Amino acid sequence: MLSESIYGNYETAWCPGCGNFRILAALKKALVESNLTPHEVIFVSGIGQAAKTPHYLNANLFNGLHGRSLPVATGCRLANHQMPVIVETGDGCTYGEGGNHFLAAIRRNINITLLVHNNQVYGLTKGQASPTSDEGFITKAQPHGVYAAAFNPIAVAVALHAGFVARSFAGFEDHLTEMIKQAISHPGFALVDILQPCVSFNKVNTFAWYKNRCYRLPETYDPTDWSAAILKANEWGDQIPLGVISKNSRPPFEAHFDCLGHTPLARQQVDKAKLKAFITHYR
Amino acid sequence: MGRQELHVLIGGEAGQGLVTIAMILTKALVRSGYYLVVNQSYQSRIRGGHNTFAIRVSTEEIIAPRQRLDFLVALNQETVDWHRTEIAPDGLILLDERFADADQRCVKAPFKQFAEEKFANVAYLAVLNKLLGLDEQVVFQTLEDYFGAKKPEVTEKNRQIFSAAYEWASGRNLPETVRLAPVAPQEHLMLNGNEAIALGAISAGLKFCAFYPMTPATSISLTLQAAADDLGLVVEQAEDEIAAINMAIGASYAGVPAMVATSGGGFALMVEGVSLAGMTETPILIVVAQRPGPATGLPTRTEQGDLEFILHAGHGEFPRAIFAPTTIEECFHLTRKALILAEKYQSPIFLLTDQFLADSYRAVAPFEIDALDATSVGSSPEEVSLPYQRYALTDSGVSPRLLPGQSTHLVVCDSDEHTSDGHITEDLTVRILMVEKRLRKSAGLRAEVTLPEYQGDNRPEVLFVTWGSSCGAVVEAAAELRLRGHRTAALCFAQVWPLIPDQFLSYLQGADNVVMVEGNATAQFTRMICRETGLDLPHRILRYDGLPMTPEYILGQFQSGGF
Repeated sequence: MLSESIYGNYETAWCPGCGNFRILAALKKALVESNLTPHEVIFVSGIGQAAKTPHYLNANLFNGLHGRSLPVATGCRLANHQMPVIVETGDGCTYGEGGNHFLAAIRRNINITLLVHNNQVYGLTKGQASPTSDEGFITKAQPHGVYAAAFNPIAVAVALHAGFVARSFAGFEDHLTEMIKQAISHPGFALVDILQPCVSFNKVNTFAWYKNRCYRLPETYDPTDWSAAILKANEWGDQIPLGVISKNSRPPFEAHFDCLGHTPLARQQVDKAKLKAFITHYR
Repeated sequence: MGRQELHVLIGGEAGQGLVTIAMILTKALVRSGYYLVVNQSYQSRIRGGHNTFAIRVSTEEIIAPRQRLDFLVALNQETVDWHRTEIAPDGLILLDERFADADQRCVKAPFKQFAEEKFANVAYLAVLNKLLGLDEQVVFQTLEDYFGAKKPEVTEKNRQIFSAAYEWASGRNLPETVRLAPVAPQEHLMLNGNEAIALGAISAGLKFCAFYPMTPATSISLTLQAAADDLGLVVEQAEDEIAAINMAIGASYAGVPAMVATSGGGFALMVEGVSLAGMTETPILIVVAQRPGPATGLPTRTEQGDLEFILHAGHGEFPRAIFAPTTIEECFHLTRKALILAEKYQSPIFLLTDQFLADSYRAVAPFEIDALDATSVGSSPEEVSLPYQRYALTDSGVSPRLLPGQSTHLVVCDSDEHTSDGHITEDLTVRILMVEKRLRKSAGLRAEVTLPEYQGDNRPEVLFVTWGSSCGAVVEAAAELRLRGHRTAALCFAQVWPLIPDQFLSYLQGADNVVMVEGNATAQFTRMICRETGLDLPHRILRYDGLPMTPEYILGQFQSGGF
């Protein structure tokens, strides 16, 4: 059994009391319990406080642009489909700027684990509304309250038949660890939407707010029943379900490429004989 | 005897099978041993409209498209109306007998008699075969190969139509004014610019391409896709250009040579990714096939209007190189060089072409595949100093690049300013060191610049200077002026950045007159040369009507320009 210490212990740039600390702790535990050593995993992140998480781990890391972590992760995974690829982002990054990539990654069912730190607010830019802010949420940028309807990532992911859709809460570390572990082991696209209090800028959706509403799905709940999942995905407000909301066994995107059968693309060379044969088409 | 050179234009509506017969004819000409330059012109529609496929054929090597036509093949009346004035006095027009036209130069054939509308193009091909004096077997074999994958009954039907029309043509006393002089068969390839770019990239080790379809770049990705199953490539149609470039960057980080191909509008979306590659020092090849802008512009036409955009694309300061191939052979070889340099200098490297070159077919000598190197990706884990630092400060500015998962070392890359080990920093001393490290790579890129090519008289009266796909027209225009008694020369740039004045200043200073020639309205390359050399270069021939540079255009402007 590996020890969490192999993932290091770093000083962070997060506010005291931030939900990110609990997510980082759960993530380390999930990696260790999944028996992954640091060099065997690739982390990709975008921009935002959540996207800094991989910097506080010993890990292979590509910290790219705001909203663009999923395309980068897709490229990584296609280049080396034998390495788990984990994307660490926030609600603004993935559901806002990267919305189109979110839809496309689900549709491809690329084998990536997407961990979204969803605090319903933009933390790094000091408190503007995010795509998941509830309607009426008041900020300096939205002084009359948010006019737009909140984006429901779970409902969208289920509607698009995402391979694995789960929700957890930063306050329930064990539950979160379990969800991340299951997401990593799922052979296809896996979303874990993580409810996470922002102690500095979200005075509405606090630890207590989430804690009073979140409940674990019962063991009798069947995540492979898509129609039931659609109903469950739309539950939000007084009751917020946590757990694996939906999953299926669609083949992962990588499985469609014969050339990715055994050897990762990153270890393949040009076959000159085959290139010569291909060029004869131009005779 | 026959003609040493001929310019034939086939025109008609989209959907009439124009491209099919034009492609078969072009391939038959290449197989027969002729050289050619194709200039395709099409409209942004799938059916109807006016499309042309112009083939300039020669018994000798040629490099430029031409305007004046010797032979017009009209699949519809509109083609005759559009192009009548471009036909030489001793030229020929082939058209259906139903079209009303009294031009003395017309050859009318009863195409309807040989085939229903859908197959009329095959009848045209047969009559063309006869008029050009090509070997019937070569043309028919090319036709069969073209439809090879189709059902036997389709081949049989084509054979019948072809034979009937060929027999009709053989039984007539047709003019021999467009007959080609015979040549020895050659083993040449028939390639356009986009195909040559794709093949060059594969030969250099390309393994990944992501794209969002955009004319005129799309066929680069489609050529790669056609090769993907055989050659083990991943080609992915991304959700948008932003995703395309980020995917390619991700693939490159994880260890495969990667590229994107697009046009100006798509590249506009990719620009943040260019900057990302610059900061993270991730190798990537970016091909931009130019078309006239701004915005959607003229989607199917050509221009050299994006040079300064590419030069400055991406915020912040980081080194880059920009290639602009002048021929199909260079599309192959400079793509290879660009991909190899991208890896060597861990930088975004650009290949800048345009619609004319992208779609221009030529006869190309086969490449010596065995002699070509592929790029070697990443450093060896045994050779790095420990602890491993992705952005270790080095004299060359190039740090050892390990690939994630191929050793126990961790590979950390960041779009934020970062320390040597790849982690975010706000230490401004580190910032200075990192800026300087990245910029030191320019020295390496400058040492590997592809030299501009000078052709013609020493101390010329007129030196034409140009870049990219306009080079062929400029070289031929200079040669024609020489025949008229002028001392002329041409200076052609196939790499437009970095520009190193020591490599070409003496040419500019040694000419009585320097005339800059470019396919844009504001003389973008001229401005770059002036900025780098301090010279003033006021004489310019610019074209921005959506059509490629031709010798006729240059000579016309030259005569009226009073240079």
